[in-house]
Amino acid sequence: MGRAKIPRKSTNIDMTAMCDVAFLLLSFFILVAKFKPPDALAVITPTSVYTKVAPDANIILITMDKDGKVYFGISDKNTGEKKDIIDMVSTAKNLGLTDAEKKNFINNPAAYIGVPFSQVKSLLDKAPDQWKGIVMPGIPTQDSTNNELRDWIQAAVAAFQGEKMFIEIKGDNAAKYPAFSGVIWAMKRNDQLKFQLITSPMAAPPGSELDKIQAKTGSKTAE
Amino acid sequence: MAEMDTSSGGGHKKGPGVKKSKKLSTRVDLTPMVDLGFLLITFFIFTTTMSQPTAMKLNLPKDTDKPDEQNKLKESAAFTVMPAKDDKVYYYEGLDPSKIQASDWKTIRDAILDKKRRTDPNDFMVIIKPDADATYKNTVDMLDEMKIDDVKRYALVDITPVEYSFIQKTEQANGIK
Repeated sequence: MGRAKIPRKSTNIDMTAMCDVAFLLLSFFILVAKFKPPDALAVITPTSVYTKVAPDANIILITMDKDGKVYFGISDKNTGEKKDIIDMVSTAKNLGLTDAEKKNFINNPAAYIGVPFSQVKSLLDKAPDQWKGIVMPGIPTQDSTNNELRDWIQAAVAAFQGEKMFIEIKGDNAAKYPAFSGVIWAMKRNDQLKFQLITSPMAAPPGSELDKIQAKTGSKTAE
Repeated sequence: MAEMDTSSGGGHKKGPGVKKSKKLSTRVDLTPMVDLGFLLITFFIFTTTMSQPTAMKLNLPKDTDKPDEQNKLKESAAFTVMPAKDDKVYYYEGLDPSKIQASDWKTIRDAILDKKRRTDPNDFMVIIKPDADATYKNTVDMLDEMKIDDVKRYALVDITPVEYSFIQKTEQANGIK
C-alpha cells in the first residue's frame, strides 16, 4: 500500500504579471501627479487640523511672505477676470498701462502684484520670464490711510461679480500679525468676510476634544 | 500569447550517446523589480495626496456700531487669549485685563479646556487677540486650537493698548525682550 504521491510544486511564482501591474500603476500615478510649478514666492504655511482641500479656481490669492509683505494674485484659469481687474485698476488709479503691459499680467500664469500702484507700470513693463528675480516691496497694507490692497480687492470683487469667488490667504509662518490684520482690514472694507486660510494638513492631537469627536463619528474630517 | 519558453530541456528523450547541450534558463528573478515598482507607487500615492494644501475657513463678523446687532458677551463666560512674542500666550478670564496670566502653547490648551468645563457652553466665548509681535503662525495655531478644543464661539479681535501694556509689563517681568 503506497501512499498517494503528492507532487512537489515549485514555490517559484511568475512575477511577470505582478511586475506588469506594478509598473502600470506606477505610470498611472506618475502621469496623474500634478507637479506644482515652483512657487516664485517661498511661503511655508502653518499647519492645521482642517481637512477641506483648498479650491483651485476662482481664487483671489493674498500671499504674505516671511517679512509680512503682501502680494495679490488671481488663479491661472481666470484670465477674463484678470483682464477686468487690471483694466479697472489702471483706469481708477490713472496708471496708464498699455495693452502690452496688461498682457504681461494676464498671460503670466504666476503673475502676482507685490508693488504699490506707483510701481505697477514699471513692473508690468517687464516680460513674465524676467519676473523671477525681482524683489517686490509688497502692497502697502499696514496703514489704514494707504491700504492699496483694498483697491485691488475692490476691483477683484467687481470682476468676479455673479460668480463664486474664494479669497485665499496664504501666509508664511514667520509673518507678523499686523500684516494679517492689514489684510483683514482691506477685506472688511469690501464686505468680504469669508476667507480660506491655506494650511498644511496635520492630524488632530491624540486625546484632544477633536480627536474624541472624530473617534466617535468615525470620520477624520474637520471642516 | 507572449509567453517565454522556459522549459529547461526535459520532455524529449534523446537516444543514448547524444550529448545534452546545457540550456541556460531565460527566467529572470523579477522580485526586486516588483519591489522597486511598488516602492515608487507608494511614493507617488503619498506625494500626490499629501501635498494638497487644505483650507481653514475663517468667517469674520461685520463691523457694526449698532448695539443691537452686536453679539452680547457675558463677562463670566469670556476668555481672552493673546498670542505674543517668543511663542508665549497670555490669557485672562472675564473682561479685566489686569488678571493676565502667562502661558505657552503647551499649557494653553488645558487653560482653555478648564474654562470651558466651568462655563455654560451656550455662553462660552474665546476672544483671540494676537499682539503686534505674534506671528501669523501663532494666529492660525490659535484658530486651529479652537477647532481642536471644539470651541464653537470665538472671535479674532485686535488687541487694545491696555492689554498690550499688560503684556509688555509681564514680558519685562519675565525678562523677554
